[in-house]
Amino acid sequence: MRRLARLWLRRVPWLPRPVRIALALACAAGSLAVVALDASRAPAQAPRPGPAPAAGTRIDPGLVPEGRALFVDGCSSCHGFDARGIPGVGPSLFDVPPGNADFYLRTGRMPLDYQRDEPERGRPAYGAREISALVSYVASLGPPGARIPRADPARGELGEGFDLFTEHCAGCHQVVGQGGLTIGARVPDLQSSEPTDIAEAVRMGPYLMPAFPESQISQSQLDSIARYVLYTRDPQDAGGWGLGHIGPIPEGMVAWLLAGSALLLVARLIGERTTS
Amino acid sequence: MIARAVRYLDERVGTSPAIKKALRYVFPDHWSFLLGEIALYAFVVLVGTGVFLTFWYEPSTAHVTYHGQYEPLQGLSMSKAYESVVDISFAVPAGLLIRQTHHWAADVFVVAIVLHLVRVFFTGAFRKPRDVNYYVGVTMLALAVLEGYLGYSMVDDLLSGMGLAIGYSVAMSLPVVGGPLAFLLWGGEYPGASSFLTRLLVVHVLIIPVALGLLIAVHLATIVRQHHSQFPGPGRTERNTVGTPLWPGYALRSIGLLLAVASVLVLLGGLIQINPIWEWGPYATFQSTNGAQPDWYLGWLIGALRLMPPWELHFGDVTLIPATFWGGALFPLAVFAFLYSWPALERRLTGDRRRHDLLERPRDNPVRTAVGAAFATWVFVAFVAGSTDRVFVQLGIAYTGQVWFWRVFGWIAPFAIFWLVKRVCEELKRTEAHPLRGWSGAIAELGRGGDSAGYTAVEQSRESPGSRVGRRGDPPPPPGA
Amino acid sequence: MTEDESRRVVAEGRRAEALVSALLVLASLCAAAFVVLYVVHDDTQLLGLALGLTFACLAVAAIVAGKRIVPQETAVEERDRLLRPQEVEEVDAIVREGGEGISRRKLLTSAAVAAGLSAGAALVVPAASLGPSIGDRVRETPWSTGRRLVDRQGRRYRPDDIEIGTFYTALAEGANPNDLGSSLVVVRLPEEQIHLPADRRTWAPQGILAFSKICPHAGCAISLYRYPLYQPTSERPALTCPCHYSTFDPATGGKLLFGPAGRALPQLPLMVDRDGYLAARRDFPEGIGPSWLRIERNPPGESQ
Repeated sequence: MRRLARLWLRRVPWLPRPVRIALALACAAGSLAVVALDASRAPAQAPRPGPAPAAGTRIDPGLVPEGRALFVDGCSSCHGFDARGIPGVGPSLFDVPPGNADFYLRTGRMPLDYQRDEPERGRPAYGAREISALVSYVASLGPPGARIPRADPARGELGEGFDLFTEHCAGCHQVVGQGGLTIGARVPDLQSSEPTDIAEAVRMGPYLMPAFPESQISQSQLDSIARYVLYTRDPQDAGGWGLGHIGPIPEGMVAWLLAGSALLLVARLIGERTTS
Repeated sequence: MIARAVRYLDERVGTSPAIKKALRYVFPDHWSFLLGEIALYAFVVLVGTGVFLTFWYEPSTAHVTYHGQYEPLQGLSMSKAYESVVDISFAVPAGLLIRQTHHWAADVFVVAIVLHLVRVFFTGAFRKPRDVNYYVGVTMLALAVLEGYLGYSMVDDLLSGMGLAIGYSVAMSLPVVGGPLAFLLWGGEYPGASSFLTRLLVVHVLIIPVALGLLIAVHLATIVRQHHSQFPGPGRTERNTVGTPLWPGYALRSIGLLLAVASVLVLLGGLIQINPIWEWGPYATFQSTNGAQPDWYLGWLIGALRLMPPWELHFGDVTLIPATFWGGALFPLAVFAFLYSWPALERRLTGDRRRHDLLERPRDNPVRTAVGAAFATWVFVAFVAGSTDRVFVQLGIAYTGQVWFWRVFGWIAPFAIFWLVKRVCEELKRTEAHPLRGWSGAIAELGRGGDSAGYTAVEQSRESPGSRVGRRGDPPPPPGA
Repeated sequence: MTEDESRRVVAEGRRAEALVSALLVLASLCAAAFVVLYVVHDDTQLLGLALGLTFACLAVAAIVAGKRIVPQETAVEERDRLLRPQEVEEVDAIVREGGEGISRRKLLTSAAVAAGLSAGAALVVPAASLGPSIGDRVRETPWSTGRRLVDRQGRRYRPDDIEIGTFYTALAEGANPNDLGSSLVVVRLPEEQIHLPADRRTWAPQGILAFSKICPHAGCAISLYRYPLYQPTSERPALTCPCHYSTFDPATGGKLLFGPAGRALPQLPLMVDRDGYLAARRDFPEGIGPSWLRIERNPPGESQ
């Protein structure tokens, strides 16, 4: 590395020294940016690690004591020892639907490192049994009989799902579920969402997401939405390589970097004489 | 056989002298003269594929319910226009290939025009006598961008509808005339009269293509009259052109380039998906999607619209300048005003009103090169700012922070670039070193592979004592020293 | 370099000739494959590959032929002199001679200019029939006192249908849903969180607020609603447009929180009608959609 730097500084005497240094720094910064981009992109592409106790969480009153112990250990710093919340830090968990706890724990969004962070999908901190225990504990704080929302994509209709997704979800999650931006939060892509994740998120509205009640999106409509969301993992790319289904930005990159450089190369081959 | 054909023509229209002259027309040897040809050939592909598409496209806003091959759209209500393009993609044999080739050709068409413009600008090829032809070229750039926008707006999918809403708002924002003008263009309030899609179609397939065709004819005729410009070199003067005659060497190469452009575009059209409208779904004015973007050649406008602070000038009941005007109208007007006015501006600055047929290298005119680079930086910052939302999604850099950064950086960077480029050009001019060629023969061998003598030899053969390109005094150290 | 320094090299390109022949044969094969595929298996990728490779083979063949087979020649061609001062003067003279003997030159010229301009204007006038005059048309929305809010299927909304924490798309009953004035985004907030200006106190029955769904910046649909699950650690509720991310605060009557929009999001005054449905109290008291010269403004002043 040092040798390279020295070579660069010595070998390019036609550039003023400050310019040489600036260029070298710019190159380094550029490569770093590329590496960072690559690294940040990688987890989104790769199948996410961790167990998938998708529909496996069960609410079992017998698990409540274990759940309470886990809660005190891992969650009480924000939610309080009695789960009544700490004002300005974390909300009370009384009367919270168990699906909320299940969603946050199973998708690795909780526990949070810092209270003000946006909860983002990650490796779950707890195993399936522990999650069941914690969810059972949260369920025990609310009215009995509360259930975890479910969606059954097999009963959904793709066309209805596409239509409803466009109306309710595309504004934030992008029409092919590739995620997006709302001021104040990064909206996750939905390519690794399981049907239960979708049902729970729709009903609870995690973080800044609206919560859609049954009166607005019925259970059968929810099934359709889940079916469409699963479809967006691998939509019908009749045209070839799908470029991530986010539209013109990667298309422009292909036009410039692929087509542009290929044609520049052809022009270079044609334009310079071989005989002279 | 050939003689008979020439004779046939000559007897009737007397073309032999023109044909003879055309066959001996000399093209100077430099790859950068081919950039405009790439644009020309992309246009040829656009016309060919576009004719096919017009046979299928229906400019109708009538509502239909989809019952075609693509499952997620089953039972959805949509306009006939959108349905016809979904059908081109799924029901017409080879339709998707042609549609995607057409769209890629549009993207590459503008890429080639921009590259060509960069070459013309930085080598001073726009100076007299080519200033008029430069204006023609800049006009074609503007028309190409507009043509592309109209083309993807005709589809009536979710993205194109959002793009049209923005276009309507920008038209409305023009001071004083905006409202009436937008009503005329759209035939009423957005989304417009039922005839609006027909209007788009007529402008997209007739008016602008014909205008582009005429301007291309003027562009080429002017080039033939003036001859190509050329880079300075041994034997090359302001009064001659040195290079390859049209027949046979150059004709074959140029046909090869046409075929290469067609090949790249068809391969892209077949292998890489572009604008999958079936995935975006149909449009309604009350629907939208996150991360909506225009095609790349309008990215600088969405960037400018996002960067502008919420400034709206109003006086009592009258809104003099709506907020969309700054980024959506004033910015592109300023960009094209600069492009149009630069030849006259440079004449003013330098007082040089002579005819120039020899090109300058970018370094030969540090001020021009620096101004051009600064201008390009200014536009490029807005272009980059157009993708801030995806940058946030991919990298997590706060959106509001990015907006503020680009707002400031967009005004600082051009000055920094101006200073840097001017400095580099002056240094290069002083030392007369070529960024690559003066360095060493080693790189040339890498670059040219087994291609006979290699770079250095070619360069030396071109450089005579009278040439403007001198050799650097001290040979650079061998690689790896 | 002088004329006789022009070079012409006749290449001996046996290998190049063989290569070009092979490429041409390959191109024919690819073209044939394209036709066969078109008939038997209409697959975009295979079709593109076949046709693209056809062109690629032909391109390489043409380029190799142009550089290795045909004679290579460097020629020098003299440029035309473009400017011929004498001819310029002659043209000038010819044009002038056409006006010999005219006495009232100025009068004729101005009359001709006037005629040209008016004929031109007459030709342009029919362009006005392209669209209606903007007049009051842009102010017309389907909303008036008592007009009910319906969803996309035409079902009327009751206040109880509107829950806190989500957003609804509503349309004017019986109106064209694509009409810019028709579509609304409806949200409900806890009443203690609403800080409407005094003149808007009655606009939000039971905490239900309705706004134009069309962004006053560039006309896209407002389809982002952020509603925090736990307010103390996150941003407050807001409506955002996904085109340029203008963000509006429903609690204060649509005031801009961030972004490029030059006006607040227009709010529609609501009421609950006699039959218990949500309806407009009256039309928007301001213009909706993108700003223009005569857009009517009614900003939600300072909250009281």
